[in-house]
Amino acid sequence: MSLQVSVYRYNPEQDSVPHMQDFTVEVPEGKDLMVLDVLALIKEQDDSFVYRRSCREGVCGSDGMNIGGTNGLACITPLSEAVRKEKLVLRPLPGLPVIRDLVVDMSLFYKQYEKVRPYLINDTPPPATERLQSPEERAKLDGLYECVLCACCSTACPSFWWNPDKFVGPAGLLQSYRFLADSRDTATEERLSDLEDPFSVFRCRGIMNCVDVCPKGLNPTQAIGHIRKMLLEKGS
Amino acid sequence: MVTNITSLSRTGLRDWLVQRVSAVVLAVYTVFIVGWLLYTETLSFELWHALFEQTWMRIFSLMALVSLVSHAWIGMWTIFGDYLNERALGKKALTVRFLSQALCGIVLFVYIAWGVQILWGL
Amino acid sequence: MSKIRTLTFDAIVIGGGGAGLRAALQLTESGVSAACISKVFPTRSHTVSAQGGITCAIASVDPDDDWRWHMYDTVKGSDYIGDQDAIEYMCSVGPQAVFELDHMGLPFSRTEEGRIYQRPFGGQSKNFGKGGQAARTCAAADRTGHALLHTLHQANIKSGTTFLNEWYAVDLVKNANGQVAGVIAIDIESGEVAYVKAKATVLATGGAGRIYASTTNALINTGDGVGMALRAGYMVQDMEMWQFHPTGIYGAGTLVTEGCRGEGGFLINGEGERFMERYAPNAKDLAGRDVVARSMILEIMEGRGAGPNKDHVLLKLDHLGEAELHAKLPGICELAKTFAHADPVKEPIPVVPTCHYMMGGIPTNIGGQALMQNAQGEDQIIEGLYACGEAACVSVHGANRLGGNSLLDLVVFGRAAGLQIKKSLEEGFDAIDANDADIEAAMVRLNRLNESSAGEKVADVRRDLQNIMQLNFGVFRQEDNMMKGLEALDALKGRLANLHLEDKSNIFNTARIEALELENLFEVAYATAVSALERKESRGAHARNDYQERDDENWLKHSLYFPVDKRIGRRKVNFTPKTMEAFPPQTRTY
Repeated sequence: MSLQVSVYRYNPEQDSVPHMQDFTVEVPEGKDLMVLDVLALIKEQDDSFVYRRSCREGVCGSDGMNIGGTNGLACITPLSEAVRKEKLVLRPLPGLPVIRDLVVDMSLFYKQYEKVRPYLINDTPPPATERLQSPEERAKLDGLYECVLCACCSTACPSFWWNPDKFVGPAGLLQSYRFLADSRDTATEERLSDLEDPFSVFRCRGIMNCVDVCPKGLNPTQAIGHIRKMLLEKGS
Repeated sequence: MVTNITSLSRTGLRDWLVQRVSAVVLAVYTVFIVGWLLYTETLSFELWHALFEQTWMRIFSLMALVSLVSHAWIGMWTIFGDYLNERALGKKALTVRFLSQALCGIVLFVYIAWGVQILWGL
Repeated sequence: MSKIRTLTFDAIVIGGGGAGLRAALQLTESGVSAACISKVFPTRSHTVSAQGGITCAIASVDPDDDWRWHMYDTVKGSDYIGDQDAIEYMCSVGPQAVFELDHMGLPFSRTEEGRIYQRPFGGQSKNFGKGGQAARTCAAADRTGHALLHTLHQANIKSGTTFLNEWYAVDLVKNANGQVAGVIAIDIESGEVAYVKAKATVLATGGAGRIYASTTNALINTGDGVGMALRAGYMVQDMEMWQFHPTGIYGAGTLVTEGCRGEGGFLINGEGERFMERYAPNAKDLAGRDVVARSMILEIMEGRGAGPNKDHVLLKLDHLGEAELHAKLPGICELAKTFAHADPVKEPIPVVPTCHYMMGGIPTNIGGQALMQNAQGEDQIIEGLYACGEAACVSVHGANRLGGNSLLDLVVFGRAAGLQIKKSLEEGFDAIDANDADIEAAMVRLNRLNESSAGEKVADVRRDLQNIMQLNFGVFRQEDNMMKGLEALDALKGRLANLHLEDKSNIFNTARIEALELENLFEVAYATAVSALERKESRGAHARNDYQERDDENWLKHSLYFPVDKRIGRRKVNFTPKTMEAFPPQTRTY
């Protein structure tokens, strides 16, 4: 079966502007390939075509891209969901500078992640064994720690498009709350103080694109709501 | 922590809170006015004037006005920040944004001054 | 100095997976100037795919648990060619390394007492095999690798490690004294080639499962470190030992954790029979992975497979109930739905043994120092070169790795390499600088590729390589097939020398990286083939139809592959743990 694929191409060494290029790919009948499989078939036709990939099972977060207008991971998006009007349209994640073809420069995204101090802070001397945590306390981290940093959410967020340098974005805030919610972390006050300004958290306008596109089914908007509540409790 | 000197309260939390509280005030005020208009059988200037003669109504109205102004400032400040920035306009962004904010500030100040004049009939 | 830029550090770690990040963390925290070079952003490394957990006797679920029991299981699991001093070190230091992970913030699942949750895994026992099944694998639901990798990455952010992300190490630079003095690396984003100079170079590049057509491994698992070591002329150890994981999803190859069976799931054949009861009456589905994988293949070969082609078996989980599955194995439920179109709550998952782990690798001592042999056949340290994690062969896994031991290997020996480098640096390295000719020598293969004008396509050669390995060096092996395989590899070598890189651009050129990776895959595959032919016995994961018995007389040994003359040598297995009597070889039954 032939599949029409239209992909975003841009090689700064050759192109002054990006363009869309059409490929015809032969895909086997009766098997629902993933978008990533199609990318590999295109690369066999044209090895100058560039994208990131690693685990091919949706846990490493390398192949976030815009598939038929929606951000997602190529390796766990089947063609049956991705092909619209008999065509597969692939573009890089929106809102970040394009390095080449489907590869975007994620520096700003990582910078926002690092800004929330995404690590456990606890200056009390550790015990000889683990720090105890009840199953209930641990359950608060579910839906937070699973983030794969694919950037699908942040690059679907208009507030992040407009202020990628100042608004932490849904992915960073999800991680921020992951540590705010961890019973082993003692830096709650400092973490909250860092988030009080008008941009870091409060640029979230509750659009909820992040929830809509998250390939892992996580809910950054809810986490942001929890942060706001904690800020409110701290401030009043 | 991102700091900004032009936001209303300079903390996102307070801005956010002000926007929520002012929204509630505006909502209550709107409901009250619409309700009053609907339940007043024959609307006349005298009745309208009498309503606004009362001190509580003047205070309530002033509250709504202040809410409107602060709500608008925060909203407009956000919109200016989103669209009138370096990414969209390049180097002239700072000038354009500052002038827009100044204009917005003047308009909102005029609202307050004029509103007080109307309410207290100065 | 040559034309290219030089970056200088005391130590560099090649690889941003669990082992690399743990080594980098140890180095940065002890004040060593260190950089971590990774061809992907670190959290994209394959450690992220580990599911079930990290096996370690922290005595949480069973307060009487003892690291010596864990050691016994590991020695037995290795089919007695795991080095007992290294296993002793791993099992005894393990608890400390795991508690450190908790202190770094790893979100382990918890018991009612608030301690780390542990689940049963294959090959685990209490009281040296006499006390029944143990539950020793510390877990963060079924996403332990993801949680561990992110935690280590976060700890490195906290400690301020220098990262060269999306840099690809091409080859080792050796100086006139034969010491390793860093690597040639490409900044993938710009295409710039640089010499990264260091007194200590750690290869933490992970496995090479991509030499097989069907593998649970990520696309990036191309054995870059082992390839580099082989090209530099260094020997590798036990390369015939490849673990086939019993439960790769049929058709897709993605991993389904052994934790599924640990939590009570079991395998059934096409007739619905729980066949492991016949092959391993005691441990059943929790026997060693090599045992389970072989049993599955036998079921399929004897016509009791499932599906229209009777070419796989089924992993049954539905009896555990929806709540339990969603609480303990949420990731598996997702993966099974995506890749097998089967909801484990309602139906079994089709599975087949799939290439999973390279037990062999670069031989090292406990401190991660890479080894070679002198003329007398004695171990000798390669100055400046270290290895840890799957790329290394310490050897704690011997002929068969136990589930959950790889993550422990990563953190224990990543840490140990960091400690050793700090110590060696303090004692003072007598290293000399590499000269221009040394650097040029390391650039040869990159230059050749960049100058290629016509020839073979990378994708074609890679596909053929993977099929050769899959067909001839799979779960069951025999002389004639392997000879055929080796001949095919020899033929492939010519095509490999003729690889053509069509795209010669600089910016983010992944075609160039894939070509370089392919050469590493070939190095690993060739070493595997020669080693597998030579080991004329069946031991652990190496099962031969023509030599079905274990031969302790001749082969209670590590195999060594010497790349320069393509020769196989042997190396003694360590039977001298420091604090206890060694476990003597016994018949291995489960």
